[in-house]
Parts: sequence; structure tokens; C-alpha cells
Amino acid sequence: MNTVHTKRALAYVGEHALLIALALIFLIPVVFVVLTSFMGGHQTLTGALWPHPFEWSNYITAFRTAPLGRWFANSLLYSGASTLLMLVSSVPMAYVLAKVRFRWSGVLFFAVIIAMLLPPQVTQVPVYVMWAQLRVVGTFWPLILPHLFGNAFSIFLLRQFFLSIPNEYLDAARMDGNGEWGVLTRVVVPMAKPGIAAASIFMFFQCWNDYYGPLLYTSENPDRWTIAYGLASFHGAHSTDWGVIMAVTALATLPVVLVFFFAQRTFVEGITLTGVKG
Amino acid sequence: MTGPALIGLVVFFLYPLCANLFYSFTNYDLASPPKWIGLRNYTYLFTQDPRVGKAALNTLWFVVILVPVRMACSLGIALLLTRRKRAAGLWRTLFYLPALVPPVASVVGFVFLFNPGAGPVNTLLRTFGLKGPLWFNDPALSKPSLLLLGVWMMGDIMVIFLAALLDVPKDQYEAAELDGAGSGSKFWYITIPNISPVVLFSAVTGVIAALQYFTEAAVASSVANGKTGIDAGADQLLGYPNDSLLTFTQWMYVQGFSSFQLGYAAAMAVVLFVIAAAVMAVLLRKAGLFRQKGA
Repeated sequence: MNTVHTKRALAYVGEHALLIALALIFLIPVVFVVLTSFMGGHQTLTGALWPHPFEWSNYITAFRTAPLGRWFANSLLYSGASTLLMLVSSVPMAYVLAKVRFRWSGVLFFAVIIAMLLPPQVTQVPVYVMWAQLRVVGTFWPLILPHLFGNAFSIFLLRQFFLSIPNEYLDAARMDGNGEWGVLTRVVVPMAKPGIAAASIFMFFQCWNDYYGPLLYTSENPDRWTIAYGLASFHGAHSTDWGVIMAVTALATLPVVLVFFFAQRTFVEGITLTGVKG
Repeated sequence: MTGPALIGLVVFFLYPLCANLFYSFTNYDLASPPKWIGLRNYTYLFTQDPRVGKAALNTLWFVVILVPVRMACSLGIALLLTRRKRAAGLWRTLFYLPALVPPVASVVGFVFLFNPGAGPVNTLLRTFGLKGPLWFNDPALSKPSLLLLGVWMMGDIMVIFLAALLDVPKDQYEAAELDGAGSGSKFWYITIPNISPVVLFSAVTGVIAALQYFTEAAVASSVANGKTGIDAGADQLLGYPNDSLLTFTQWMYVQGFSSFQLGYAAAMAVVLFVIAAAVMAVLLRKAGLFRQKGA
């Protein structure tokens, strides 16, 4: 009996030691980025690990040398507008795919899956040509407008949520004389609030973190740079001033961490449903 | 109700998919109308393009190395986390959070941390008396350095594995224990078969994501190089050091949207499509993941 106990205790300690070690390794990059953002320019070149003295000046310099406010505002516009438009179109589509039976529903769902999984570069040339012919390259239209017409990943995620709503509720609403729109807005949407919140957060972050889209469509118009694109271009002008670059890096990450902090539960719920359960 | 989404599917997916095939047989620079040149884009791609082979091999490296390593690490951490009852949410959050950090920010941060001269990683190595390598500035280590970043950002896969692991029926483990199964055989004969659809799902989505590997490689190249982003005319900066980080989609970007060889970029897109479609065919066959249920 005793050896079993010791063995268990050892395994327990070993597992925790491993987890704590791994957790530290995962945290270290963040810690060093933040520490470096408080170091003076010359100090970052000496290989120092701890800022001495602690300086806020990098953050002030960052705001002075780059239009950070504008980059943030642009990211907010791109992400916010895309999320709203996505909801308008993807929620009804997901509802139809989850709860309405019709002849082509299988084919339609298949098309959504394919559109979700194929790399966007596969259709990039004609899509770009389309925007170029409309003369809107350099504006936010090519980034935002497509979401008015649905987003395959969001449709998929929302459908998974809607599937879990029992059909009895829907039938009851139909008996009360609701059309499909009524069922959707009065029954499905209120019941699927966590799912809709999760899809919105995903969409928002996807746009906030997007680099390829802004590179393709707005890189030549500095007035429309987002924080993700701006950060990538920022180091060029300040290639040796790692302290300032790390300050901008920390600032670009901060909103994401804040949103996560306040929306943690929704997030975890959304993630666990990502394409796993049918 | 499906109206807008249907329009979207046609305008932003089905039509471009077909149009792309047409463009791939043309010479097109956006200024003048596309000119039919038959298979010439493809023969150039497969026999003459000096950098596409390197770009394809680099992409293959990410498919073959990055995807399995990320999956193995996320499965390992997910297994450790399934047994945590206390503070489970805290642990999950901790390992998931890097997946949320904007990729550009993570890359910029990592290139600094692994910067050969004064970067904290090499400084730490020095305190142990070790001479740190050149990391992102060494063509042999630039891809492995991105692999480290990829593992750090593995939270998205980890959470999916975690959800699958928590779903494995407990009674199967109990039955196996009664039969005297050790933890190794429990893992192989119960855990793995139960989570295999999820493993397959993440393998396929991982491969598709690796085929389009772009942001991390492009940003790492330009930051390590100390120059500005990959703006027009900066092709030579791409893939630094020594083309080791030039990926297929970056080369396609340069061809299409920096040199405006749109026909040639379309031919590259067709190749990408064929490979991605083959990968997806495996998924749709094997997993049956997307079978209609509950409608």
C-alpha cells in the first residue's frame, strides 16, 4: 500500500513540476517583451534583462513617432464593422443550415465547409481584380464589405451552436404563428446568445490580428494602416530601438488581452465547440 | 434568409474559383486586358521560375515539421491539463493566451527575444556559459525558430484536444483498469481511438494553414533583416536570410500584387488549390466529420 501511495505522490509532484515549468516557459516571452519596453535605447543593446532605471519614455516615444491612435481606430473600425456585418448575414444562413430541411441543404453546407477550409489565396487574384476594377483598393471596402455576405467560419460555428437547440422550441414557436424569421429572432437568437457572442469575438480578433488583408489592400495608403500592419512596418524606421518597438508590441497586444479577460467564459465555450462536435 | 450568404458564396468564392482558372492561362497585369498564353505560366512555374522551388520546399517544411510538432505538443499539454481539477480555468487560459496575441506582435517579440547580439535568450544562454546561435539570422535555424513560435502559439489546437479528451467516456477507462491495463495501453487503446476524429480534423486544418503560411514568415524575415515591410519593390528582402523563409504564398503575393503578374499568380493559386483540395478529400472521406446531423 505504502509504495502505491509514494508512487502516486511522486507522480503528482512530477506532473505539477512539469506543468509549472511549462507555464513559466510560456510566460517568459511576454515578461521579457514587457520588461524590454521599459528599457532605454542603449540598454536594449547591452543584453540587460532587467530595466534599470524603469523608463516610461518608450511609450511616449511610440505615440510621438507613430500614429498609434489612428492605427487603433482603423483596427477598431475594420474589426467592429466586419463583425456587425458578419452577424447580419451569417446568423440567418447558419440557422437555415442547422434547422431548415430543404433539397440542397447538404450541398450548401458542403460548399460552406470548402469555402472555410480552402486557403484564401486560391481565389485571391480574381477577388483582387474585382476590387481594383471597382477602384476601392486603398480603402477599407475590400476588407469589410465581404462580411455583409457571410463568413464561412462564422456560419459553421453558429450552425454548431444552433444544432444544440431542441427542435421542440422551434416547433412551438411555429405553432404560435411565427414564420422562420420570427422563430429565428424570437427563439433561436435569444437561446444561442453565448454562441453568437463567441462567433463575434472570433470574428473581431481575426480582423484585429489580420496582416494579410491590410497588406494587400491598404498598405499603400498609410491613413488606413491597422495596428497589426503598422506594427510590422514600424520597426523599419526604428530598427535598433528595441525598447520602443517592444512598447508598440505590448500596446498592440493589450486590447486583445483585455477583451479576453472580460469575455473569458464565452471564449472557452466558443473554442470547445470549434468544429469538433457535430 | 440565405440570400446574402449565398451571394457571398458566389461572388467571393465560386466565381473567383473559376475566374482564377481562366486567368492562369493568361498574361495579365491589370492595366491591359488578359492575354491568352495557354500553358506558358505553368511551364514557367514548373521548369524555370528560379525561386518557386525553394518557396515550395520551405512551405513543405512547415507542413511536415510544424504541423506534427504543434499537434504533439498541444496533445501533451492537453493531457496534462485534463487531470487538473483545481484552477483548471487558470491553467487553460495560461496555455491558450499566446494563441490570441496578434501574430505580428508575437513574431516581432520573438525576433527580438532571439536576436543574436543582445536578445534575452542568448543573454540567458551566455550566463550558463553557452554561445547562443544566430536564430532568425541563420538560414539553417530560421525555420526552427519559427517552429518555436508556432509551438508557443499552439493554444487553439490545445483547447480542441482538451475538449475531445474531456469527452472520452470515463467508464471505458474504468473497464480497462479492471482488466489491468496500464496508462500506456489506456492511452493507445482508449484515448487515441476516441479522439481520432479530432486529431484528423486538426491535422487537416493544420496542413491547410501551413500551405498558406505567410504572416509569421514574412514579418520574421523583414524584422530580422532590420528593413521595412514587404512593400512593392522589396522582393529581395523576402525570405531573409537566404530565401530560407520564402514560402509559396509569399512568392505568389510578390508575383501577383507586387510585380502584377496576375496570370502567373493565378497559376500558382491553381497549384495551391489542387494540393489543398487533395488534403481536404482525405478529411471528408475519412472523418465523416461534417455529416448532417440533427437537422
